[in-house]
Amino acid sequence: MAYSEIENVTGYVGSFTVTVRKKARYVDVGECTACGDCEDVCPVTSPDEFEIGLSTRKAIYQPFPQAVPSAYVLNIDECLGNNPIACGKCLEACDKECINYDDEDELIDFEVGTIIVCVGMDVYDPTALDEFGYTRYENVITSMEFERLINSGGPTEGHLVKLTDGTQPKTVAFIQCVGSRDESRGNPYCSNFCCMNTVKDCLLIKDHYPDIDIKVFYIDIRAFGKGFEDLFQRSKDAGTVYIRGIPGEIEEDPDTGGLRLYVENTTDGGVERHDVDMVVLSIGAIPRRDSDVIQRLLTLQRSQDGFFLEAHPKLKPVDAATQGVFFAGCAESPKDIKDSVTQASAAVARANRLMMQGKVSVEAITSTVIPELCKSCGLCVKVCPYHAISCDTKAKAPAVVVEAACSGCGACSAECPFGAIVMKHFTDGQIEAQIDALLEHDAHDKVLAFACNWCSYSGGDLAGTNRFQYPANVRLIRTMCSGRVDKKFVLRAFAMGAPIVLVSGCHFTDCHYINAVRWTQRRVEKLWDELEKKGIRPERLQLEWISAAEGQRFATVMRAVEDLRRKVTAKEIEHTRKVLADVLAPVEV
Amino acid sequence: MAARDDGNGTLRVGVFVCQCGLNIAGTVDCAAVAEFAETLDDVAIVYNNKYTCSEPGQLEIRKAIAEHALNRVVVASCSPRMHEPTFRAAVEEAGLNPYLLEMANLREHCSWVHMGEPDAATEKAKDLVKMAVARARALQAQKEMVVPITQQALVVGGGIAGIQASLDLADAGYQVYLVEKEPSIGGIMAQIDKTYPTMDCSI
Ligand SMILES: Cc1cc2nc3c(=O)[nH]c(=O)nc-3n(C[C@H](O)[C@H](O)[C@H](O)COP(=O)(O)OP(=O)(O)OC[C@H]3O[C@@H](n4cnc5c(N)ncnc54)[C@H](O)[C@@H]3O)c2cc1C
Ligand code: SF4
Ligand code: SF4
Ligand code: SF4
Repeated sequence: MAYSEIENVTGYVGSFTVTVRKKARYVDVGECTACGDCEDVCPVTSPDEFEIGLSTRKAIYQPFPQAVPSAYVLNIDECLGNNPIACGKCLEACDKECINYDDEDELIDFEVGTIIVCVGMDVYDPTALDEFGYTRYENVITSMEFERLINSGGPTEGHLVKLTDGTQPKTVAFIQCVGSRDESRGNPYCSNFCCMNTVKDCLLIKDHYPDIDIKVFYIDIRAFGKGFEDLFQRSKDAGTVYIRGIPGEIEEDPDTGGLRLYVENTTDGGVERHDVDMVVLSIGAIPRRDSDVIQRLLTLQRSQDGFFLEAHPKLKPVDAATQGVFFAGCAESPKDIKDSVTQASAAVARANRLMMQGKVSVEAITSTVIPELCKSCGLCVKVCPYHAISCDTKAKAPAVVVEAACSGCGACSAECPFGAIVMKHFTDGQIEAQIDALLEHDAHDKVLAFACNWCSYSGGDLAGTNRFQYPANVRLIRTMCSGRVDKKFVLRAFAMGAPIVLVSGCHFTDCHYINAVRWTQRRVEKLWDELEKKGIRPERLQLEWISAAEGQRFATVMRAVEDLRRKVTAKEIEHTRKVLADVLAPVEV
Repeated sequence: MAARDDGNGTLRVGVFVCQCGLNIAGTVDCAAVAEFAETLDDVAIVYNNKYTCSEPGQLEIRKAIAEHALNRVVVASCSPRMHEPTFRAAVEEAGLNPYLLEMANLREHCSWVHMGEPDAATEKAKDLVKMAVARARALQAQKEMVVPITQQALVVGGGIAGIQASLDLADAGYQVYLVEKEPSIGGIMAQIDKTYPTMDCSI
């Protein structure tokens, strides 16, 4: 389904219900033969996105000759034909009568068992790096634009020319790592494919134009893959000069359009000047600018660089944390074609492994209502992000959980004022047993932190793999969602002498349970008021959002919380114990 | 497979303290932790292993469940996000419900983050084991829900990765929905001329 977007996804592994918006194309794909008669008569010209604005297209166009599906598309915002008096030319020109100005978006629903996310990347926009003059000098282009210029199907039919005067350049410079490997500007990571892309471009130039001199300015050349070193050598043998150092500035000669580069050659420390006719900025990859849409629809997580986060960096490199969802290609991290293809096949193997069985077992972490305890207040219905609970408050019938729809966040169980909801595998009794075991001795020395499975607990794991050190008196209790943390757990901890309690969960955009984390925040805010009223300093209950990618932040938060703990006096703790003495009911399992 | 034990008899907890080579034992005094674990309520037997996740390590768990009639298992090793499925499978093979397993995270949350403080780390490890045993004693058997899986797949994005994934899925016999935002599939690769390392055409 081309020209379509995911509108909504509900359900879980095995049966996701997907709604797709098929955008109005105004051209009947089945009938269109891509003859181009419409294009010939269309009076509107617009920059061609496929050619990155290096040439123009009409309002009715085919994105590129080999496009799949092989059919035209009409950009209704540019089209004059909306109003037939104004235009309507293409309608007349089309023998097949496949143009329809009244075409509308269509919503299509279907069900799938697994989902593979291959949304790819965007490329870095070098406008911000003013020293390279990308917006000021016409002969400074990006590697993406270079691809179109050297392409026989491109706007110059494959002739490499200067954009200022259409003549062939005598010297071309490539600047590497544009937008990559720089903490302060652009992105800190290496974009993986741009070194080899430049090596390739140099070979292409030398094939067509052996006389063009090429200089490549680089930090280091990363030619790590199979056959890569060989290509790198070939480009050197063909005469490409590699200079270690990134130019600090480019100046243009306004008369000739020639470009002057100043660079510190880091091999010998000398400052050099190079005069060239054309500069190609080797731009890196960035996460899709619209990644948050898919992230929200599929409750995915992203690593600190903004690309999608895999379930485990070594052992589950193509699985998402959400069961039944997988990644392939640059959606997960910048990579080349071979790696994208490899990952796609791996993702399919993982999806196939689930689908071929015909059935899948889901973790038995769901909630159930004890009808005898339920007072039909309906509070749980409101907090469930999956609308898995129904309760007829008028008829005073006890609430009912649809187990297949419950995802197991535990928000309902924490919300129920009457203890009527049992969260399987994370029952009150189980969690209270952990609290009691932890605080039985020397409670005043310890930091109790609740951490959700998907984000903050994983952030703690990442702190571990990275060896980010933090105070040793921190102890975590894992729940699936921070929304499971019941007010009574916190009060129990304080009653047992805890100097400080931390509740930590996902950032709002990362919440694995759609928006259950909202209830975490509300609950903690209410609890702050309640503590204050009881004469207990609200600061002793901390709330922090830590993502699975924030190992460093996890350690920092733990240090900060420990600093707060040191300020809690023995007198305070004693006072709290007395005030809360009545919450220490015996543990029920 | 032995009949499934739902753990309803008298509580008998087995604790398996893992050294993870030197990953844990390099900082935490595992022998001291194991000795401490023996003093906890309902703990029937404690092991101190080099690598609990290894085949011999798992075999030991299975043997111990049979020999000591264990109905709760605590593995004090790495993150449950890493090896909970491994150990759940091991206890299940020994006939115990997999939800009667609990893990204490002595590696990611202890030895690796308190490296210069062996004493404090060992104290923390004891606490983590104590909490895990307390939780394990309260654990109950659970039955997993088995749901049918629709034999169709969605691929979002029609670049080279999405195209390859769709082709592979279709070849494997599944109905595939490939959803592409733009009017044509192809992604960035369609815009590229020749591609490394083979230097051939992209389309
Ligand atoms: C200048 C340049 C030169 C390169 N040269 C080479 C080379 O020579 N050799 C090599 O191996 N690699 C090269 N690469 C890398 C190569 O382009 C990538 O490896 C490849 O494109 C990755 O494919 P992909 O499918 O992951 O992503 P993409 O190509 O980015 O495709 C993603 C697709 O998903 C669609 N999409 C995105 N979001 C949504 C959504 N929400 N819903 C529906 N559809 C969506 C997009 O429209 C797009 O069609 C180069 C990259 C650049 C920038
Ligand atoms: S691949 Fe090369 S050019 Fe691209 S970011 Fe990495 S080092 Fe820089
Ligand atoms: S556990 Fe979460 S998903 Fe399940 S019923 Fe309760 S609120 Fe809804
Ligand atoms: S919150 Fe508790 S008492 Fe209220 S309807 Fe839900 S289960 Fe019943």
